[in-house]
Amino acid sequence: MNLDTWLPALVVASSLLPGLVIFFLRESSHRLRTVLNLGGAGLKLLLVGLMIWGVFHQHVYETRWTLAPGLDLVLHADTLSVLFVTLSTVLWLVTTIYAVGYLEKSPHRSRFFGFFSLCVSATVGLALAGNLFTFVIFYELLTLATYPLVAHRGTPEALRGARIYLTYTLAGGALLLIGTVWLHVIGGPAPFVEGGILSRLPVEYHPQLKVIFVLLLVGLGVKAALVPLHGWLPQAMVAPAPVSALLHAVAVVKAGAFGIVRVVYDVYGVQFADQLGLLTALGVAASITIVYGSVKALSEDNLKKRLAYSTVSQVSYIALGTAILGPVGTIGGIVHLVHQGIMKITLFFSAGNYAETLGIHRISEMNGVGRRMPATTLAFSVAALGMIGVPPVAGFVSKWYLGLGAVEAGMAAWVMPVLLASSALNAAYFLPVLYRAWFRTAGAAWPAEHITAARFETAGALMWPPVVTATLALAAGLFAAAPYSPLEWAELIARREYGL
Amino acid sequence: MADALVWLVALPLAGALATLLLPRAATAVALATGLATGTAAAALLYGVATQGPLHYAIGGWTAGLGIALRADGLSALLVTMTALVVLAASVYSSAYFGDGSQRARFWPLWMLLWTALNALLLSGDLFNLYVTLELLGLSAVALAALGTTTAAVQAALRYLLVGLLGSMLFLAGVSLIYTGYGTLDMATLAAVVEPGPVVWPALALMTAGLLLKTALFPLHFWLPPAHASAPAPVSAVLSALVVKAAFYLVLRLWVDVFADAVTAAAAALLGVLGAAAVLWGSWRALRAARLKLLAAYSTVAQLGYLFMFFPLLHALPPGPARDLAVGGLVILALTHGFAKAGLFLAIGVIQQRSGHDTIGELDGTAQRLPATTFAIALAGVALIGLPPSGAFLGKWQLLAASFATGQWWWIVVTAIGSLLAAAYTFRVLGRAFGHRPYPNQPVTVAREEWPALLLGAAAAVLLGLAGAPVWKLLEASA
Repeated sequence: MNLDTWLPALVVASSLLPGLVIFFLRESSHRLRTVLNLGGAGLKLLLVGLMIWGVFHQHVYETRWTLAPGLDLVLHADTLSVLFVTLSTVLWLVTTIYAVGYLEKSPHRSRFFGFFSLCVSATVGLALAGNLFTFVIFYELLTLATYPLVAHRGTPEALRGARIYLTYTLAGGALLLIGTVWLHVIGGPAPFVEGGILSRLPVEYHPQLKVIFVLLLVGLGVKAALVPLHGWLPQAMVAPAPVSALLHAVAVVKAGAFGIVRVVYDVYGVQFADQLGLLTALGVAASITIVYGSVKALSEDNLKKRLAYSTVSQVSYIALGTAILGPVGTIGGIVHLVHQGIMKITLFFSAGNYAETLGIHRISEMNGVGRRMPATTLAFSVAALGMIGVPPVAGFVSKWYLGLGAVEAGMAAWVMPVLLASSALNAAYFLPVLYRAWFRTAGAAWPAEHITAARFETAGALMWPPVVTATLALAAGLFAAAPYSPLEWAELIARREYGL
Repeated sequence: MADALVWLVALPLAGALATLLLPRAATAVALATGLATGTAAAALLYGVATQGPLHYAIGGWTAGLGIALRADGLSALLVTMTALVVLAASVYSSAYFGDGSQRARFWPLWMLLWTALNALLLSGDLFNLYVTLELLGLSAVALAALGTTTAAVQAALRYLLVGLLGSMLFLAGVSLIYTGYGTLDMATLAAVVEPGPVVWPALALMTAGLLLKTALFPLHFWLPPAHASAPAPVSAVLSALVVKAAFYLVLRLWVDVFADAVTAAAAALLGVLGAAAVLWGSWRALRAARLKLLAAYSTVAQLGYLFMFFPLLHALPPGPARDLAVGGLVILALTHGFAKAGLFLAIGVIQQRSGHDTIGELDGTAQRLPATTFAIALAGVALIGLPPSGAFLGKWQLLAASFATGQWWWIVVTAIGSLLAAAYTFRVLGRAFGHRPYPNQPVTVAREEWPALLLGAAAAVLLGLAGAPVWKLLEASA
């Protein structure tokens, strides 16, 4: 068995197979389920570590399987896929620990963790997809795997949220598929190649290529929650907290953003996309989304919904970075793929802790929660400050490179105001929350206190994950220049992309 | 390997007689002959894959006088699908009918139906096709009439009349051909047929008869009541295989034997009817109140996709692009066969356990019957055409051929039809996920739940991931 051809498939299988076994476990076999979950996550982390080392040393890992003549399922590890795979793998491990603690004693855990594993397998497959055809397959699989997670509780609101989610994503998926088939018919298979492949097509295809780009962008924009395609995201908030965390940080939303990055850089090629005038369209859509999401977040009292609108806004930084021509802007967009993930997952873990421990769902109920749950609130604060862009948290690095890239590309005139406005709005919707949590005094009683007899402020499996991810967010900013940091890796991607 | 052709007809026929004579041991006998027939199907598939098309002249009589059996890639694939679907449905039937009086009547008819299906798929001669078509129709009607309600009997009666009318039209067409060309051997005909006043009315009559049997819109009116009121395993086979046998003949006649006589307008007409079937069938499936009715209307819609390939195949010049499209058509038909059979079996489980199949009252099904719910989900994935199902590859080829020939309107129909399919699938699953205070059940896979689950997995995973040999096999065409 040759590891070079099997490693990508093994990375996908390390969560897929445990997931399939978990479906058949009895509800009561708690220990075996946890062993399978964590064993799969640990094994995946090991395999991904090997992959990072190999890709850095120009090793080629590729699994290829023919589904039909001319249609190959390709899993291929390049710098960009490795970045996303690593993010998914690390955050999956943390989220699994969190979910085990969160779902303690709740029904249907085998079903939940089965689909949870399928969801991560789909995300990893999508990250490793070596051509657009494979990407579409995993993109749709991700939709299928997340539906039962959103609908998990089976309440009318959960089912409604899941239905809206599905309506948006399947319609988007259909457009993505149509665009992909069209591209296939005029340009042959669309392998992901640094610098893109479409610029070699004759000029008479250019109008068609523009239409195809719009189809792909709309299809991907649904998951990336580009305005006006974001309507499902606040509705999907009915899902259990670990699902929201994963959906917002790595799985669904990020899949859309990652797809946009892939299409622009590795299918069209960023220079060619700019030549066709497509980057401007993308930049405008991203800017509108950034500002709109922040404005909507301001008026939400429900904590998870405010975070959801914040995601709408923050994920579009990635699209914005993609729309900025030049290596620096590219770095800013790509590094935010990671930074937004670790910061947003921290925020959702913390929100889940408040709800699970004290029954807090609304911001107006958060007065004085910092004294009752200091570790969780500290993690929340670090992530929130990072979102605003306060140094030295990771978010600052992203915004710095985006701004610098815009100046270099001569786009500062409109990118800078967007960045500034959004940072001001971020501050306006996060700082009052922090103020309430730390400086207001608590009311007589919490809305519904569940966990009182724990050793820490809440169950250990709930408290440690946000602390860990907040530390990661801080470290990603503090040690941004260290080797193998997200920033360094993003620079490597940009160098290979622009052939520097 | 050519012997497999004879065994495929002889074994189920022997099974039919044996189950008639030994009613007490009927289930065991049927399953044993079923396994033997399945082995013969595997041998045929292997033979065609390694040696190319096979044929066998019964009694050594040459074509024109004797009965000739032949198999190319297309018929071998359909024979294999038939074997797998019938076997799975047989296992389910052994639990479904229990020891009731229905069982004694069920097995002989069931094996006879299988005989007719295999004979039809392996016939190389138009008159034999008429005979097998008649045999198929009659055994199917008898099976549909096993449903105990008055509605089932009424639906079966209508099914009988429609079937007879269809066969008569087909026979009329066949006799015109015989008058004109003096032969009914399909291989011979394919070489001599030319467009003109002999072929057109004959083809029109045969096609009309077959369209009635395959329930293409607007000739589908008889299908939903017949398929929705038959016993679950019978519905599975009617929807998955019997209508598809008639479709197979249309495909043979239009793309193979009379390909030169087909005009663009005629192909476009089939495509338009197919598109109408997709939209109307999916819409009615979405509005259906009962699961079985939903599945039956979904069949009407899914057959529509197959007919949308005809104008595309006519517009594509022979070559790799056309071969890809033919493969897409076949894999779509195969996927639908597995998925629809699985869906009907799963519905049967729900109907027997809950005493009803009303969609509005399915809440909690995901808790009580998780494996069956999962089977419905797998079948649904295949019906929608999402990856990794075989239908995804089929629809990909449908879209690609539409782009390549500039007939973009089929893309719109495909997209709408698929989204409607998603809507009706998730209407059911959403209901099933509804929380009810039932005790938490582990994932139990009872004996009767396995067949549906395996059929669903074959459609939604296996055909999609291991479907490439389909294209390879179709190169081995007669």
